[in-house]
Amino acid sequence: MEATLPLLILVLPLLMFLFLGLFGKFMSHKWAGIIGTAGMGVTMILAYYTAYLYFFSGNFVEDGTRVQYIVFNQDWLSLWGNLVIKLGFLLDPISALMLVVITTISFMVHLYSNGYMRDHHGVWETGFQRFYAFLSLFSFSMLGLVVATNIFQMYIFWELVGASSYLLIGFYYTKPSAVSASKKAFIVTRFADLGFLIGILILSFTTGTFDFMSLTSTPLAGVENTYIVDAATATTALETGAGQMFLGGSLMTWALVLIFMGGMGKSAMMPLHIWLPDAMEGPTPVSALIHAATMVVAGVYLVARLFPLFMINDDLGGAALDIVTVVGALTAFYAAVVACTQLDIKRVLAFSTISQIAFMMVSLGVSRPEVHDNLGYMASMFHLFTHAMFKALLFLGAGALIHAVGSNDYTAMHGLRKRMPITHITFLVGCLAIAGIIPFSGFFSKDEILTACFGNSIIAYVWMSMVAGLTAFYMFRLYYLIFWWKEHKVHEGHHAPKDQPWTMTLPLVILAIVATFAGFVPFGDLVTWNGHPHHGGINWMIASISLCVALLAIGLATIMYRKENPLPERMRHLFPNLWTWARNRFYFDELYMFITHKIIFNSICKPIAWFDRHVIDGTMDAFASVTNKASYAIRGLQSGNVQSYVWVYLIGAIVLGGGTVAVIFLFF
Amino acid sequence: MLSNILIYFVIVPILMLGGLALCRNIKQIRAVAVAGSLVLIGLSVYLLVEYIAQRGLGADAPMLFTGSWTWFEALGIHLAVGVDGVSIAMLVLTSIIIFAGSFASWKIDNPRAFFLWLILLSTGVYGFFISVDLFTMFMFYEVALIPMYLLIGVWGTGRKEYSAMKLTLMLMGGSAFLMLGLIGIYYNTEMPDGSHTWNIIEIAHQGHIDKGWQYFLFPMTFVGFGVLGAMFPFHTWSPDGHACAPTAVSMLHAGVLMKLGGYGCFRVAMYLMPEAANDLAWIFLILTGISVVYGAFSACVQTDLKYINAYSSVSHCGLVLFAILMINTTAMTGAVMQMLSHGLMTALFFALIGMIYGRTHTRDIRQMGGLMKIMPYLAVCYVIAGFASLGLPGLSGFVAEMTIFVGSFQQGMGEYLAGAGSLRLVFTIVACCSIVITAVYILRVVGKLLLGPVQDKHHLELTDATWWERLSTVTLIVSVAAIGCFPNFFTGLIRDTFSGELFEAVKLNMMNIF
Repeated sequence: MEATLPLLILVLPLLMFLFLGLFGKFMSHKWAGIIGTAGMGVTMILAYYTAYLYFFSGNFVEDGTRVQYIVFNQDWLSLWGNLVIKLGFLLDPISALMLVVITTISFMVHLYSNGYMRDHHGVWETGFQRFYAFLSLFSFSMLGLVVATNIFQMYIFWELVGASSYLLIGFYYTKPSAVSASKKAFIVTRFADLGFLIGILILSFTTGTFDFMSLTSTPLAGVENTYIVDAATATTALETGAGQMFLGGSLMTWALVLIFMGGMGKSAMMPLHIWLPDAMEGPTPVSALIHAATMVVAGVYLVARLFPLFMINDDLGGAALDIVTVVGALTAFYAAVVACTQLDIKRVLAFSTISQIAFMMVSLGVSRPEVHDNLGYMASMFHLFTHAMFKALLFLGAGALIHAVGSNDYTAMHGLRKRMPITHITFLVGCLAIAGIIPFSGFFSKDEILTACFGNSIIAYVWMSMVAGLTAFYMFRLYYLIFWWKEHKVHEGHHAPKDQPWTMTLPLVILAIVATFAGFVPFGDLVTWNGHPHHGGINWMIASISLCVALLAIGLATIMYRKENPLPERMRHLFPNLWTWARNRFYFDELYMFITHKIIFNSICKPIAWFDRHVIDGTMDAFASVTNKASYAIRGLQSGNVQSYVWVYLIGAIVLGGGTVAVIFLFF
Repeated sequence: MLSNILIYFVIVPILMLGGLALCRNIKQIRAVAVAGSLVLIGLSVYLLVEYIAQRGLGADAPMLFTGSWTWFEALGIHLAVGVDGVSIAMLVLTSIIIFAGSFASWKIDNPRAFFLWLILLSTGVYGFFISVDLFTMFMFYEVALIPMYLLIGVWGTGRKEYSAMKLTLMLMGGSAFLMLGLIGIYYNTEMPDGSHTWNIIEIAHQGHIDKGWQYFLFPMTFVGFGVLGAMFPFHTWSPDGHACAPTAVSMLHAGVLMKLGGYGCFRVAMYLMPEAANDLAWIFLILTGISVVYGAFSACVQTDLKYINAYSSVSHCGLVLFAILMINTTAMTGAVMQMLSHGLMTALFFALIGMIYGRTHTRDIRQMGGLMKIMPYLAVCYVIAGFASLGLPGLSGFVAEMTIFVGSFQQGMGEYLAGAGSLRLVFTIVACCSIVITAVYILRVVGKLLLGPVQDKHHLELTDATWWERLSTVTLIVSVAAIGCFPNFFTGLIRDTFSGELFEAVKLNMMNIF
């Protein structure tokens, strides 16, 4: 395959960033928007073409297996022996999938922002060009991340997406809440990246390579591996590395768990999830792109990318995959419970995102070769795909609502179904998809995840089914509270909420169509863990159970929230403590506040700064002042007064002379 | 003598001094400063190209462009010069910062005297980097230190007399150790013919220093240079000194002068006394490891912009010395990259702080806010500098830190698994933690200073950067980005030193690699 085309996919957004960033202020808002959107559109077409070639041209299939293919790989920084950081472009099922997802959502968001980033009178927001520049930077970084050929390239772009996320969350930089949210997001993910970095260091130490293909091509015991492309580079160090124990775990387990910690940060897994709800301070299109569809699934992508290593670890008795499962399961439940009580529409969606990403994590965690040939892996990627579509749809819909109403709080919305019909229908589609109602896309992917869970352990299955029920419940709670209930009166001089301009509704409609039909994509033929097509239909037993659970939950939500009634209040009084805790997100933020402010800032930083100024610097100053004082004290001796010199001389002579005489008399 | 290109690095500044003395008005002074620094940049780039060409042709001596001229026969003092990749990197760095610094001091009071001292200082710096004779090196070192006293004492702000005195005395204290160490080295080098020598290359090649003496001389020289490298606990001159120094001096001091410390530590202490370095490394590893996190934690609570940067320098320069002590090719290459990176980005920081201070007349972050709205250009540059400092890929900090971490981890883990103690491993992980703390203090400043609502209504009338300020910052930003985007070129240049014949000889000397 020619390297030009894939290279353009990366270079085009980067050029857009530089162009809009450097020259944006010399062009009109309109043109900045058009150029940015067009650039992304071209990138999208190129990415589609690349994915099409990969999946359908047949050039990348050998013996019925999709191969990993490196389009180009350029040395960037030589470190230690064979440890070279390269920048390259790896084409395989999941990276091709991600190319499609990222460019699609990114293009929709680019288009949508043309309408969203204006006020009610159609006046562009200040910094509009900057917004598009940052969007391009983000797209570049995210694309670079998914096509990484080695784990260090992934880390590089991992940091870059973090920085673009920081810039975009803090887009309204005069708003203190946005500033602190962006700071929080960066620092929390940075903390997680510390784990990621150390994990990379351990992994590269034990295996002697950063390369994904070499890392994952090691022949596995008892597992047929079809990823061997360049067996010569495969290292045997894995087994030796896996054998060395450190604090009760093998080095391999440590490396994988630490790398997973990086994934927990980016994918907002508990307890590192606290930044994501706050990140909703950014403009809504940004939330749709970064904090729902693409960047936050980077953690899932990371685990999927290293999945063969996780499997080896599991084979050798390591706990890495189980940790992924447990973290995912806890997070999924936690976030779903919290989502039931939030007031801010974007926060509900944020917690829903956390919960859904946790679904993907669980799906990877329970994926085993013996359970339907790693169905979990495929299900996870499938859910990543469908979730990206319907969650972006929900966020963009929420953006349209917020833009129309002028508030994030859905108590300010109510009864909008007649005023904003397009938004209503598309939002409903999103809700049905996430709730897993047949035939919307979420149904198919969630069914596969639950099947994978069922095959692994019954506890995981029951637990995740419960979370799926909760999901349907809180989403329809949100839906009814926004679109049903009694309409608010429109005050005079205010605009009545109405559907938004075409730039905003078109992406909604497109995404709604995709979210409806994405379930029929023959995913098993395209994306599987080893490149073999995966055959297996829907497990109707599990599907019908989960469908029943979802319908029950929706029914409950309908009873409680379709019209204003006292039921929710009564429920709330039934479990007052649970409600308060969930409303306050189980006080995670307060806990972190306590740790960072009280402990780190007040008990470490401040004492250190004081110690530095008073003890260390004080010692240095003390040297100086002692010298100073001593010289002051003895300076009288240098008076220049001859009489006193003579006196001192005389006394000295007498003492010395007398002493000598005394010594002679005493000892001789 | 004049056929050796290296000599011109000293001659050009001296000619500039003469030119400055003849100048009649500020325009001429600026012209001399800019022209001179351009010549120096040209000279450094020419040297760089020539060096790479010669290496490409197969020149494999540890140092190229060597030359030696007797200066004081009785004591064997020579003016001996020679460079390798590391010195060239430092020369390029110095030239860039002097260029940027000239523009940053466009409107200084009493410009003639200011530039005279500044150029004298840079003469010392250039001389230091090209010398391979310990005595000449030390002489240039002192030439670089003394003008600092006047530059801070006269052109400084705040408690300038106190700070100038403190800085000079502490650095002089370091020099005292250093002089003792260097003289000790001279008298303990046993050349095959029984003579003594000051020449670094010869000592490293042939002159073996007695191990007992190494234990005494290594700490002397390491601490002596370490004071200038802001090693804990001898770093306290740095916050006060930087805070009171005028912009260009802060730039030059943090950007270049502190690098003299790191450069000296490995060129003299580590190269000449590898056995002691090997055995005593643990003491300094602990001290520099502390420096890294201690400086970062201290920076988190400071409110003066320059203090924040000074503590951040303690942290970053601590990492330089830390990596040097790893005694492995990758980490030491990373150390030099970190010197380059830190030099450029701190110079950028101090330039920007000076520019902001020149407008708002305060450096207290509590009294400023929302500068992004008022002076977007400077604010964006500050954010870029911040990103470089917290190690964002694409800018220089990331490359340097990752090279150091990978090298150190390989060394530390190797030792740990070989049963040789976990000190290096533990401190590598501790040093890694600094990436989080750095993010905290950088984002804290960016959030308070640049973002948020405008704090002081008077600031609304302030203007954005002028053309000379833009030129100064753009130079530095381009350099930072160049290192960050094309690191292999720079590491390739530097790596020669640490994988060449000389370094291998040094490594062989360390018989018990833990």
